[in-house]
Amino acid sequence: MGSEFTLGLGRKKKKSALPEPFARLQDTVCRECQNLIPAAQLAKSLQVCPECGFHMPMHPYDRISTLVDEGSFEEFSQDLTSGNPISLTGYKEKLDQARGKSGINDAVVTGRGSIDGREAIFGIMSFQFLGGSMGSVVGEKITRAILAGAEEGSPVILVTASGGARMQEGIFSLMQMAKTSSAAALLDEAGIPLFIVLTHPTTGGVTASFAMLGDVAIAEPGALIGFAGQRVIEGTLKQKLPAGFQRAEFQQDQGFVDMVVPRENLRHTLSFLLQTHATENKGWMNR
Amino acid sequence: MDESVISNTIEEIKLLAEKENIDISRELDDLKTKYASSKGDTWEKVQLARRIDRPNTLDYINLICDDFIELHGDRHYGDDPAMIGGIGTVDGMSVTFIGHQRGHNLKENIARNYGWAYPEGYRKALRLAKQAEKFNRPVVTFIDTAGAYPGLESEERGIGEAIAVNLKAFSVLRVPILCFVIGEGGSGGALGIGVGDKIYMLENSIYSVISPEGFASILLRDPQRAQEAADLMKVTAQDVKEFGIIHDIIPEAPGGAHTDPSFTATKIKERIITDLKRLASRNPGQLIRYRSKKIREIGHFNENNEQAQDLFKIFTKAFSRS
Repeated sequence: MGSEFTLGLGRKKKKSALPEPFARLQDTVCRECQNLIPAAQLAKSLQVCPECGFHMPMHPYDRISTLVDEGSFEEFSQDLTSGNPISLTGYKEKLDQARGKSGINDAVVTGRGSIDGREAIFGIMSFQFLGGSMGSVVGEKITRAILAGAEEGSPVILVTASGGARMQEGIFSLMQMAKTSSAAALLDEAGIPLFIVLTHPTTGGVTASFAMLGDVAIAEPGALIGFAGQRVIEGTLKQKLPAGFQRAEFQQDQGFVDMVVPRENLRHTLSFLLQTHATENKGWMNR
Repeated sequence: MDESVISNTIEEIKLLAEKENIDISRELDDLKTKYASSKGDTWEKVQLARRIDRPNTLDYINLICDDFIELHGDRHYGDDPAMIGGIGTVDGMSVTFIGHQRGHNLKENIARNYGWAYPEGYRKALRLAKQAEKFNRPVVTFIDTAGAYPGLESEERGIGEAIAVNLKAFSVLRVPILCFVIGEGGSGGALGIGVGDKIYMLENSIYSVISPEGFASILLRDPQRAQEAADLMKVTAQDVKEFGIIHDIIPEAPGGAHTDPSFTATKIKERIITDLKRLASRNPGQLIRYRSKKIREIGHFNENNEQAQDLFKIFTKAFSRS
């Protein structure tokens, strides 16, 4: 790949140190089993409930520190912030609140890092930031991450967590589905893998775009993955949904997920995928 | 643009004209009337867009095409009556048509599932688009749905995946695609056949990320406030055009498309003919580059980074290879 176009995505910048992993964690009541789990225990279990195995939503920086080689992460487009495209009253305040609470500027953190020495482009969504909803910033950052992968020849790993499109940005949020999916088409063209890790919950416009376009789709156990919300479906059908509906295991049975991988094994699985898709392992024809 | 911004701008121009001693009162009055009539009442437009007697996809196809044959099925699961498609002839050109299909009465609507398509509908659309690509035939889509069907079987068969694959595939289809929002453009179900080279909305159609009712119940916490939600969301063709997301608005007969379907059909047909003539000069690589550029530019954000660079160049470079 040529270098006549500079990406300006942080290559020249010093690698910034990630915040201390799990420093923000507090004692948490598991929303699946209602047990109170102390913060120290959650940090040790990578925020998997030790009582019921529920994989809780993680802060993107915590996720990154559990996945990438120490000191290898360079963040992209950190200062990208949302405008108010449909001039909706109260949206700016909502964003400020979410920023204050999460310490990030929008619902995704993207950047370059390595796993066991193999470089990849990462995009990690945050459900805690306005429900992980996709507006202009999420769409732009995911798109840039995918394009960076295509340009550099690095695999792209996207960890999803989202309630769907960000309604506060109206039609602009809907169009981010087209934008991210169109970028994914470029990876096909360039022969670069896209690995998707679906985490709890991944629904709506994110499911109906890049989240379902992985060459390999991994899901965390028990993650809710679907297009329509369960209450909406129940409203349509006027009946209760079966147990396990739209969960990771259901999606594997239906054929939409390649494998369900517990959090403690995720790094290993991704490392294997990076290894098997590395250029040096494409030499079977030369034997 | 905000109403207050426009009225402020008008005031500024007035002051400037007074200062320069120019009489522009007539021009200003014209401008004000034009603005008011173009804006219209949002809820009125929502209701017009949803009228049961509003011309639907097959109505337009029959009015536009000299001949048309419908093709059925996704080759995997079945045939979805809420999404139709086939091959028609327009002014001597073969064109693939794809569209959501609603009914004009209860019986038809039940048969058509009110235009709520299942995954097999989107997969049929994809099959027909790919078929069009193979035979170098342009694609015209008619968007008219409240959304993809939110049901159990729809989820089981992967409605999210079906739409996602269409977004990706349509963005790199090697033949021209023209999209017309003819009624209601609802959410991902609309966008699933809405990626193209030229996107149009009929004068009284709407396009939104979620229905006004959905927006009202989630963000305003009261489904009764749909009218207010429609205003807040800015869903009309005029709004969406102002956002730069669509290319143009197709006029309807006074009172709405239902009063004179052939009026709008003629306007759509004219647009199809001129656009296809124009797009014929683009090779597949150029088509895809322009289409991607347009999609790529949609977004509204701030960035302080001095190194902010033109990723579009990379996109262009990558697709100039194909």
